[in-house]
Amino acid sequence: MLHERELKVFVEGTTNFFEVAAQQPASIGSPYLVEEPLALHEYSGLIEVTGKREGVVCFTAPKTMLAVLLMKMHETDFGHETMRDLVGEVANTISGNARRDFGNDFRISPPRVLFGETPPIEPRPGARTFVIPIHWRSHSAKLVVALG
Amino acid sequence: MNAATDAILKLLIVDDSNLIRRRVERSQRFDRLRLVGSAGDGVEAMAAFSRTDPDVVTMDLTMPQMDGIECIRRMVALKPSVRILVISALADKATAIEAMASGANGFLNKPFTERQLNDALAELLR
Repeated sequence: MLHERELKVFVEGTTNFFEVAAQQPASIGSPYLVEEPLALHEYSGLIEVTGKREGVVCFTAPKTMLAVLLMKMHETDFGHETMRDLVGEVANTISGNARRDFGNDFRISPPRVLFGETPPIEPRPGARTFVIPIHWRSHSAKLVVALG
Repeated sequence: MNAATDAILKLLIVDDSNLIRRRVERSQRFDRLRLVGSAGDGVEAMAAFSRTDPDVVTMDLTMPQMDGIECIRRMVALKPSVRILVISALADKATAIEAMASGANGFLNKPFTERQLNDALAELLR
């Protein structure tokens, strides 16, 4: 089961991503536990975690936020494929960075991207599902961490 | 002028993210590098490596089909002089050590700034 103190790793990873990649820090809200299915934004990058911990890490964000994030990253292509690429890259980066604390037995898959009206994330048996709210400029996104 | 250090080097970019591939392409160090190919997974990377014979490779680690560590081993076996910069989100020490032991010459963690990327490439080309 994921402990509240371990969430700090993902909060710091999220903060670091926006500070470095977008050169503009995000404000991270208080993480909360969810027990109901969780609706996703327009684009989501999902990483399957196996090994020492089992579960998923998912970054989900609206298109408007991703467009601004791409601009801040000096990207000139704002098409659908680039948006897909970006959510996958954010999820991959935050999950990969977590190995600094969890070690190399925290194995992560290549990102799987969800787009449009996707089914909500269901709480996973044997895992606690936490949502880390992300506020950046005038936009909001979420990092969902469900690890057993 | 030193012909050896001023030579244009052939670059292969390996990453399953187009965004990262384009960021590397935009690098300011490109005056010494000529892009000869890019690949989005390990199998594509090995095919591109055989086809283009690059001098420098930037390599992701978490990729479909064949991971980056395996690619590094195979590339170094084929061309021991190739210079490989790993660009990865995997931030644990064991992975960095394994990558370097497999033949990589540098390791840059994601996320990175333009300056960090340029510094890492400059270090690789020195």
